[in-house]
Amino acid sequence: MENLIAPLIAAPLLGAAVLLVGGRRLDRVGHWIGTLLSTASFVFGLILFADLLGKNAEHRTLTQHLWTWISVGGFQADVTFRLDQLSMTFVLLITGVGSLIHLYSVGYMEHDERRRRFFGYLNLFLAAMLLLVLADNYLLLYVGWEGVGLASYLLIGFWQHKPSAATAAKKAFLVNRVGDMGLSIAIMLMFTTFGSFAFGPVLSHTGDASEGKLTAIGLMLLLAACGKSAQVPLQSWLGDAMEGPTPVSALIHAATMVTAGVYLIVRSGAVFNAAPDAQLAVTVVGAVTLLFGAIVGCAKDDIKKALAGSTMSQIGYMVLAAGLGPIGYVFAIMHLVTHGFFKAGLFLGAGSVMHGMNDEVDMRRYGGLRKYMPVTFITFGLGYLAIIGFPGLSGFFSKDKIIEAAFAKGGTEGWILGGAALLGAAITAFYMTRVMLMTFFGEERWKNQPTRSPEAPSAEPAAETRGEHSEPHPHESPKVMTIPMIVLAVGSVFGGAFFSIGDRFLHWLEPVTGHSEGDSPLSATAVTGATMVCLVIGVAIAWARYGRKPVPAVAPRGSLLTRAARRDLFQDDFNHVVLVRGGEHLTRSLVYVDHTLVDGVVNGTAAGFGGLSGRLRRLQNGFARSYAVSMFGGAALLVAATLLMRAV
Amino acid sequence: MSAPAVHSLWTTAAEPISKIDAPKIEYGQLSPTLIVVGAALIGVLIEAFVPRKSRYYAQVFVSVVALCAAFAAVVALAADGYGTTKAHIAAMGAIAVDGPALFLQGTIVLAGLVGLFTFAERRLDPVAHGSRVDSFAAQAASVPGSDSEKAAVKAGFTTTEVFPLLLFAISGMLIFPAANDLLTLFVALEVFSLPLYLLCALARRKRLMSQEAAVKYFLLGAFASAFTLFGIALLYGYAGSVSYARIAQVVDGTVTDVDPALANTMGNDALLLIGGAMLVMGLLFKVGAVPFHMWTPDVYQGAPTPVTGFMAAATKVAAFGALLRLLYVVLPGLRWDWRPVMWAVAIITMLGGAIVAITQTDIKRLLAYSSIAHAGFILAGVIATSKDGVSSVLFYLAGYSFVTIGAFAVVTLVRDPGGEATHLSKWAGLGRRSPLVAAVFAVFLLAFAGIPLTSGFAGKFAVFKAAADGGAVPLVVIGVISSAIAAFFYIRVIVLMFFSEPKPEGPTVAVPSPLTMLAIGMGVAVTLVLGVAPQYFLDLANQAGVFVR
Repeated sequence: MENLIAPLIAAPLLGAAVLLVGGRRLDRVGHWIGTLLSTASFVFGLILFADLLGKNAEHRTLTQHLWTWISVGGFQADVTFRLDQLSMTFVLLITGVGSLIHLYSVGYMEHDERRRRFFGYLNLFLAAMLLLVLADNYLLLYVGWEGVGLASYLLIGFWQHKPSAATAAKKAFLVNRVGDMGLSIAIMLMFTTFGSFAFGPVLSHTGDASEGKLTAIGLMLLLAACGKSAQVPLQSWLGDAMEGPTPVSALIHAATMVTAGVYLIVRSGAVFNAAPDAQLAVTVVGAVTLLFGAIVGCAKDDIKKALAGSTMSQIGYMVLAAGLGPIGYVFAIMHLVTHGFFKAGLFLGAGSVMHGMNDEVDMRRYGGLRKYMPVTFITFGLGYLAIIGFPGLSGFFSKDKIIEAAFAKGGTEGWILGGAALLGAAITAFYMTRVMLMTFFGEERWKNQPTRSPEAPSAEPAAETRGEHSEPHPHESPKVMTIPMIVLAVGSVFGGAFFSIGDRFLHWLEPVTGHSEGDSPLSATAVTGATMVCLVIGVAIAWARYGRKPVPAVAPRGSLLTRAARRDLFQDDFNHVVLVRGGEHLTRSLVYVDHTLVDGVVNGTAAGFGGLSGRLRRLQNGFARSYAVSMFGGAALLVAATLLMRAV
Repeated sequence: MSAPAVHSLWTTAAEPISKIDAPKIEYGQLSPTLIVVGAALIGVLIEAFVPRKSRYYAQVFVSVVALCAAFAAVVALAADGYGTTKAHIAAMGAIAVDGPALFLQGTIVLAGLVGLFTFAERRLDPVAHGSRVDSFAAQAASVPGSDSEKAAVKAGFTTTEVFPLLLFAISGMLIFPAANDLLTLFVALEVFSLPLYLLCALARRKRLMSQEAAVKYFLLGAFASAFTLFGIALLYGYAGSVSYARIAQVVDGTVTDVDPALANTMGNDALLLIGGAMLVMGLLFKVGAVPFHMWTPDVYQGAPTPVTGFMAAATKVAAFGALLRLLYVVLPGLRWDWRPVMWAVAIITMLGGAIVAITQTDIKRLLAYSSIAHAGFILAGVIATSKDGVSSVLFYLAGYSFVTIGAFAVVTLVRDPGGEATHLSKWAGLGRRSPLVAAVFAVFLLAFAGIPLTSGFAGKFAVFKAAADGGAVPLVVIGVISSAIAAFFYIRVIVLMFFSEPKPEGPTVAVPSPLTMLAIGMGVAVTLVLGVAPQYFLDLANQAGVFVR
């Protein structure tokens, strides 16, 4: 059965190759080829899943060795795949949600003349992401890691004719490079510490390594995770990544790729378990990011950027849970899966809204859309209820467990982390309610639009490119788009309950990640109660501000915090001042040193040899007599030197 | 001579003359040389008896067949084990048949073959007086295209003598590294030098420069030969023999059967040191080491370019072969005396060649100085005094000779109305107009500079490694510095060819016959093969690295 793992990756890879090499001839069928191969991969995943379920919990790890990739002395890298419960979970999420989004894209990208290429990139992404989660060693994982980075770059910049998209792609790529450095350093450290970078030898020998080394490896892995999962301090690229087509935002920048960092941390759990300092750093990063993303999400008027802030925040929850150690690993992954459903659904809903609104993204120009787009409204609404943690829906189960686990960490840390998670839940309820109200309720602000104010933050690019300034005519999207939304909505509603009842998910994943119940100062009921209170407070404030009062079509100036949040809490300003300017100063001074000192020495040496050459060549005067004298002198010296050698 | 010796002379003369034993000559083992000499003699007969019109074809045919046969003979001997297990001294102690000799003979024959192709090129110059012309003068005083040349051509003074001359030179070079006594060494030296002097004077264009080059080469060569001969005389005085093995025994002090007539003079170290130094000086002249290099630029520039290419490659191979044998077989007991001196020579040769080349403006002179620098690099390998030293030098010489002939063959292609355009300024922008020729030349230059994936790198690496293992690390450091200096002027030519604007009245690139193409193609092929996959040839050189004593 393990022989089915390679085809799992090969199917989308084949799709990418066919679509990208095939050229224009495939323009008419390309999107169906892409969708078909993605679905094929999903079917392989289901077969493997059924196979795993038929085995005992201890025997649910399959490995497939394809070939030895590099073998130099003690350096051995294999192309080996490893399918266990953890990677199986990811495989199903990636191929399942991926196939749905392929289907959705068939409708969404219908009018784009480069649709075939888009599907090629999507397939490439699937292949790389599957490689990432199925690799049996960190080096192969790194290949997938870089592969998804490449696919992300290509897809963010898919509409490269827009300078903003090209810049966003570049930004995402550059920021990710910083994280990638972390991963490569971590792999090198593993090799020097353990003599290998395969999961088996590294993760089962953490006891042999010093804690300092493990902390270093853990921090480098965390840096990698920060880059890929848009965690503070490498979060700045995710908001701009929304320049990509919306299905891309749904698949890559919400459901799958950005969770690769969580996968990395959970997969390397053994390293973190043995390095408490690195673990603490992970929880801090998670807690800070979950608040950071939530605050940014509150201030954005661009629906996709608001959702991007939310994504950042929700991944913050997952990272926080992953940092808690065995108490949290299972819940990190569980939240990851439920988030995959509802966030993908929310993005697809946002895409559907944009599809019906001439690609308008500014929520201040929406309003009252529930009448025009009933299916979108209902599916988006279910996703909304799921993400804020409405009792009984997916988010309720997974997020609640994370908050409980944070408190269960114990001590002051537990209180701080738990408090942050609770606060985050309140803010989540606020900004998601805001999105919901501004989009589907209230007056229809898209009618009789006033002239566009220059401050309107981010709406220009889309409207400009289409060149349509006429009043939009909101309408429901075609079936090919609504069906994936409905499927995802079903997942958002029932996923959490399905996983939680009888602790199904816990028992499934426990053999890989391990699990321990923490020692919580609060009872589970108390935590749930507190979460509910936070939820109600958040929704209430949002209702008071956006439900009761009409939403102004032009953003008011807002408080200091609002303005800061609109600017992403000055993340770009910080990067610009500290990194860009600092880098410029550094390079300028290095260039100065290069010009004066290095070039001076080089040019001086060259000039010296040139001058010497000019002098010496004068000895070559063309007269045979001079040459003969030189030879005679040389011979005399030779003889004299030989005699002298004997004498001394 | 003491009195008893004189007495014995008188008495033996009175006795009946004993029969002289016929010398035992192993013809099979000497066949490479004999084939080439025979072909040269046939070439002389062709000049005398074959009709003028078909002489060229007859000469080229005979020469190619002879060189191919000689190479086959070398390979057959090597395959028979004469390079390793059956190595011995043939021809009554005059000629050694061993690994280094066979390897170098094979290299010389192949270099001679490639050189022959460039000699036989007849399509570069326009047809003159109704017949194709090559690079050589029909008559000493005639200017190209002049009435006198016309008359010479009409009278049938064709230029096909160059082929026997080439073969004679090759035969001398074949003996030179195999010579196992000093007289054979000297005879071989003259056998290959005299044809080269002549060939240098035969350039069809730039007659005066060619003649001046030949005269200089002859004068200085004769001067150096005098030193060599005097050195041989002193060594004979020291050892009482011209045989390499015998001299080595005397140096080591292991000799037992001293001829009483020579007992008084034998073992005088002053004779040994002075004689050895003079002999070495004669060989350093041939390889073009500083300070005996001054003929090199003038002669390389003046000689017909095919001759320059052949000479630069094959002379160096032969002379380094002889030098190796001299230092490793005759004077190993003296190495604590000659090593420091050779260190100094190697250093000033590497640095001198590289530095003076920087300011050269003529491509042929540039390559001449480059060859001086390379002589220095090879000397570094010679100094290693180890088996690795020998094999690395053998490998280096094999790679270097093909690069050199190829590079000079490319020089013959770049022409303007006055013949070859050798001034560097005329090469500006060549890469734009003739990318292929420029690219091929760039490959050769990169090989000269020792850039990886060319034979130059593999050779230089082997030589420096052997030198460093032999304890000559400072020498290697200076060698690498010199390589860096040398890289400057090689790369400068590449930059000039590819990144400068072509001049409006620049030279044209002549389309050669398949002969020159073959020569250049072999050069490129060998350069890349030895650069990319050197191991087989390194192993071969390694097997061939032991001298028979």
